[in-house]
Amino acid sequence: MMSVVIAKERVEEMKNNRKVLKALEYTPTKVNRGYTDKTLYINLTDNQVEFRDIPEMVKEKFIGGKGYGLWHLWNGIKDDTKWNDPENEIVISPGPIAGITQYPGAGKSLVVSISPITGTVIDSNVGGHFGPLMKFSGFDALEIQGKAEKDVVVFIDGNKGTISIEEAPVETIDSHILAEELTEMYADDEEDKRHISVVSSGQAAEHSYIGLLNFSFYDKRKKAQRLKQAGRGGIGTVFRDKKIKALIVKYKGVKGDSNHPADVEKIKQVGMKLHKEVHDFDDEQCQMRQVGTANLFETMSDYDLLPVNNFQYGSHKDAAATGGRAALKKVLQQNEPDGCWFGCSMSCAKSAVEYELQTGPYKGQKVVVDGPEYETIAGVGSNCGIFDIDYVLECNFYCDTYGVDTISFGTLTAFAMECYERGVIDKEVTGGLEMTFGNKDAAMELLHQMARGEGFGVVAGKGVRAMRELFVKEYGADENLLLDIGMESKGLEYSQYVSKESLAQQGGYALTNKGPQHDEAWLIFMDMVNNQIPTFDDKAEALHYFPMFRTWFGLQGLCKLPWNDVEPISNRDIEGPEAAKVPEHVQNYVDLYNAVTGNNIDKQEMILQSERVYNFQKVFNIRLGVVGIEGDRAPYRSVGPVTKEEYLSREDRYDKQMKEKIGVDPEGKSVEEKMAITREFRESQFAQLRDTVYKRRGWTVEGIPTLEHLQNIGMDLPEVMEVVKPYLSK
Amino acid sequence: MNMKKLEKYEEKCIECHACEDVCAKTYFKSEDRGKSRIVINEELDEKGQKINVCNQCGECMEVCPELALTRDKKGVVRLDKDKCVECLICVGFCPYLSMRVHKDLLEPFKCIACGLCAKECPTEAIEIVETV
Repeated sequence: MMSVVIAKERVEEMKNNRKVLKALEYTPTKVNRGYTDKTLYINLTDNQVEFRDIPEMVKEKFIGGKGYGLWHLWNGIKDDTKWNDPENEIVISPGPIAGITQYPGAGKSLVVSISPITGTVIDSNVGGHFGPLMKFSGFDALEIQGKAEKDVVVFIDGNKGTISIEEAPVETIDSHILAEELTEMYADDEEDKRHISVVSSGQAAEHSYIGLLNFSFYDKRKKAQRLKQAGRGGIGTVFRDKKIKALIVKYKGVKGDSNHPADVEKIKQVGMKLHKEVHDFDDEQCQMRQVGTANLFETMSDYDLLPVNNFQYGSHKDAAATGGRAALKKVLQQNEPDGCWFGCSMSCAKSAVEYELQTGPYKGQKVVVDGPEYETIAGVGSNCGIFDIDYVLECNFYCDTYGVDTISFGTLTAFAMECYERGVIDKEVTGGLEMTFGNKDAAMELLHQMARGEGFGVVAGKGVRAMRELFVKEYGADENLLLDIGMESKGLEYSQYVSKESLAQQGGYALTNKGPQHDEAWLIFMDMVNNQIPTFDDKAEALHYFPMFRTWFGLQGLCKLPWNDVEPISNRDIEGPEAAKVPEHVQNYVDLYNAVTGNNIDKQEMILQSERVYNFQKVFNIRLGVVGIEGDRAPYRSVGPVTKEEYLSREDRYDKQMKEKIGVDPEGKSVEEKMAITREFRESQFAQLRDTVYKRRGWTVEGIPTLEHLQNIGMDLPEVMEVVKPYLSK
Repeated sequence: MNMKKLEKYEEKCIECHACEDVCAKTYFKSEDRGKSRIVINEELDEKGQKINVCNQCGECMEVCPELALTRDKKGVVRLDKDKCVECLICVGFCPYLSMRVHKDLLEPFKCIACGLCAKECPTEAIEIVETV
């Protein structure tokens, strides 16, 4: 099954060209109750390596994972630091629960940096073995600052207790080869490969703002490094800007008590309970084990929520045939463990094996394609008007190995396609690429250009916001139209759900810290399909609770999926919004946290832990200039029908809403008139939602956390208060 | 394929628990029946079993991320404790609830069809069967 074989000569060549810039020995701190209380600090400008203690206050208020990332970054940068300044950091932290082997989804790393695409702080949640192995090697967080002069790798051996920074000039940049090269180099033999995890990016990360990081885990059956992505916000771009080729950790000895929890028996019991639920219910529920998150593709089309042609439409007749569950089962390997960390019985990683590449530098090679996730099949597929599973695999593979986020790539390609079709840009601008919806050859070429640093690929790779600004400035495009159809907020491209018919989800996308990513709140079903949160207060409560609850996964090093992608029997008796919380599973997480740390929190304290970090991140945004309601702008495409075609495609729905919700009779009105009435109504609804949500979150109408709120939640650090004070006194 | 397993005849079982005692004693030097790889349920478990013991079906092998569960030459599924990361997926996924755990142990354990319990059973409610 191994698709990339690294010859001995190649390893020798790599070794012979290495130059050690720094090498040192250390005594790995043993993990105690989920923590080592140590940070590994590396500055690549001067190859400084430090072992830093994490103060008790930081542990108490920031918990771990994303909290640690935000705290370290806050202290490492200046108010005017840009993504490519040397003081920008990449912080990787797994969180206290990460590393237990008994509960699904418990091996995540959180990566934090200043994003090239948003200019503010970004966080990304990623699987693979790196985070837990790094913790077992002695570190709760890895903080990387500075820039190397030439391409380097950082290698941590957690058993021997060694760290080295080495110039690595000949290693491949693209991840599917690099991860194998480094595994071959650092493993003693085949058995030893399972102890290695590699973090890497790819060629396209060097020429775009949407670069990602691949975190590997060794798949013993396929004898290949599988790749999981820290996709959002361009952290891979920062990584390559720092001239990092890879981070490698090696640690042997993972067991059920490696995290040294306070109560391992409790963890075992909760873990076995969930394994059994997955075993008993997954086939009849989400089929995560069979098709992963892509199970949603067909369902989203059924509910008119699947983005088609740059979020214009919500369904397509070819969706089921080209991305439905049955179609996916034919291309995705079945019946093999597919967890990205030990103990993940949900097993959603999924892969297509022996896929023969049709394009690009690796054309003709047979490779393992990780995914496609729902976001990928919707993003690079339906949203670009492409319904072709082979294209999705091809594009997914190249995005991963080139180090590009499939979500942003999909949304920005869709935007370019719509601009092309509306005559905003032409072949002269695209360098000959015919960027029409459905043109998969053009989309693939765009990606290859991004990797080569050529042509329109470089323009598009800067993202929707940069393209919009360029098209307006250079090609006289209608700015208002592009603001409406450019699916970005805070500079980040939207993830792949049509939110037009769910006001709560419009907020779930725009009223966020890092930008429009569904990991804060996914309320479409509660709101639109089940109508469980009808009032503004209901929606605001959901837009408080769910973002806080979901933030908690990022503090702990957990995956969201086992929370509600399998539901226990107890949920069948719960009605209304409470059912969406999956109370039994929330209790599982409280129990896991207490069992790992020996603390004694409850469900309320859990939300409070998140609220501190969430508000800290909000203030971080303010510090970096993302302030006020403009920072939470929602493009109108995410709120309602921008164009005549969109209105007409769902005319009955919009007319009915006008009559029933707005109280205006659509009879006899032109489409333009009806569009204007609909728009005015929907935008006022969004504004009212925003006001209600801000209030519920303890913020002013301008979205500034009040001093009183910061005090109440225990996030009243002097440096935090200093940032908000000038805005509050206005 | 060779198959060696413990066959059960539940109607013959008199719930004397002698099988559990010899199993726990042999493998864990323990009087604690919770450490037996065979379980006698005085009330039927959720699968309707009075005697719960591995039938060597091998479904656990398929879900083990570490390839720590393999079938030996005689067809018996065995756990390699060195490779096991103690994730317990095999416990949750055993269709017969026959992968066992105990609070003193991190790793699971299962019947390896040694037959000692069958020798102890006074009513021949269990026996080793081998097919080639």
